[in-house]
Amino acid sequence: MNNKTRTAWIFLAPMLLVLALVAVWPLGRTIWFSFTDANINDIDASRFVGLENYFGEYGLFANPNHTDGFWNSDWGLSILNTLKFSLVSVTLETALGLAVALLLNQEFRGRAWVRAAVLVPWAIPTIVSAKMWGWMLHDQFGVVNQWLVDAGLLASKLAWTADPAYALWTVVAVDVWKTTPFMALLILAALQTLPKDCYEAARVDGVHPLRVFWKVTLPLIRPALMVAVIFRLLDALRVFDLIYVLTSNNNSTISMSGFVRREMVDNGYMGYGSAASTALFLIIGLCTVAAIRLGRMKLSED
Amino acid sequence: MSKISPGRIALYAAAALVVVVSVFPFLYAVSTSFKSGSALFEPRLWPSAVTLANYASLFTLAEQPFGRHIVNSVVVSVSVVVLSLFLGVTAAYALGRISFKGRGLLLTTVLAVSMFPQVAVLAGMFELIRALGLYNQSLGLVLPYMIFTLPFTVWVLTTFMKQLPKELEEAAIMDGCGPARIIKDVFLPLLWPALVSTGLLAFIAAWNEFLFALTFVLDNSERTVPVSISLISGASKYDIPWGNIMAASVLVTLPLLALVLIFQKKIVSGLTAGAVKG
Repeated sequence: MNNKTRTAWIFLAPMLLVLALVAVWPLGRTIWFSFTDANINDIDASRFVGLENYFGEYGLFANPNHTDGFWNSDWGLSILNTLKFSLVSVTLETALGLAVALLLNQEFRGRAWVRAAVLVPWAIPTIVSAKMWGWMLHDQFGVVNQWLVDAGLLASKLAWTADPAYALWTVVAVDVWKTTPFMALLILAALQTLPKDCYEAARVDGVHPLRVFWKVTLPLIRPALMVAVIFRLLDALRVFDLIYVLTSNNNSTISMSGFVRREMVDNGYMGYGSAASTALFLIIGLCTVAAIRLGRMKLSED
Repeated sequence: MSKISPGRIALYAAAALVVVVSVFPFLYAVSTSFKSGSALFEPRLWPSAVTLANYASLFTLAEQPFGRHIVNSVVVSVSVVVLSLFLGVTAAYALGRISFKGRGLLLTTVLAVSMFPQVAVLAGMFELIRALGLYNQSLGLVLPYMIFTLPFTVWVLTTFMKQLPKELEEAAIMDGCGPARIIKDVFLPLLWPALVSTGLLAFIAAWNEFLFALTFVLDNSERTVPVSISLISGASKYDIPWGNIMAASVLVTLPLLALVLIFQKKIVSGLTAGAVKG
């Protein structure tokens, strides 16, 4: 090892040690717990149970007690909820984010103010936006119900966050409100790096703006767009706080992270909860690989 | 006289819509926080009578020491920022300025950590926090928060560090400076824009974190603000003190809003440096 390399490792060591302590070690321990019957109140008394938490009688998968089928079990439901939430919210956020970014990319008076306003939802903590919208969507006193009834769009007030028919879509709507700014800003940054001369040329040639968008803008910002989508997707797949606070963590909207926490902390089944979190980890890993393949994106260092 | 084209009108209309949708919910929360009694249940933006009762009661209730929770959050978030910037700068120096074997692999590993879900480490982290005697202490949260602030800080600072010209360092080496001096005297003064943006993003992430804070701290006086707000409750399930909740929400959001609006450009450049790298 030469002098330079030694210096590099000395300067890396503190960061790597902390990362190993807070990420690698706990992840390994969690995976280990998933093969035991650990209880949160007495971790030391745990026994090794093999794949019992995954495929055993009371396991996550192939559980004979799930007479209504896997997708109706709480775990199956939490997977479906998470996937539905992630796909719909990320799709909407990308579309709306693109629209807002295109708007902010235009020259007009007061643009700086609009851009500042767009940052507001992003700056609000998730818990606060959950409470804020919980209040606006309140079944009796909420301002949203009041408007919709006054406008004649609704015959009677709805329980947006409690009724299983709407609750998940309400969560999606709030998430879209909160996260579209993030998408818009990332896409705007990409739009501002585009060369001006090719737009000039298209304009001189009289190409329709919509055609320019599809043929020039979209292909050019695609790499940046894909990165933003993947970041958002990973974030959406681990959703917890918004759902926990907005819908009071009821069963119809529980996410995978919510399920893990409920089993592990509220019910104390640390082994079973760890199995669920390990499964979640694998599912997110698969989604990442799939998204990267789909986007034909490569993650390189430079 | 130039006529205003329909396209221009549509543009301004869209801009106005975006502004209203973005800002209205927070304004409504501010308005609710100044209402009390039956006025709370009238869905209108301008309160008929302004009262500070909701704010006052936040700081007088013994069972919900909100002032204490704010102090906890500030201490935790500032510690997270200081620690992740220190570890981030030293690591970024090695990753950005020294070429050695395995550098690319290390960067990819660091990035991979930022992608995995917090809940995947929950059980192991619970055990670790208990073993270290940090359970039920707000300051103990600094440790798990490193999971999401550190990878991001290292990544952005490395990118930034790489772009600085080589001559700077060479001159310092000629003068006989060691790496620690080089970082402190040569790079740190140049790095400050990146430090401001990563520091702010780390602060925001720590300030907002909920899952770990909810799980690892149960003691009422040790809580941080997001958990505190989620637990504000009334005498019964049907008696939720919306005025207090909104007052607490406004207090927690205003400093963030101020930071984000003041440092708009820095934050956006931090976000894009972190994300748009493909």
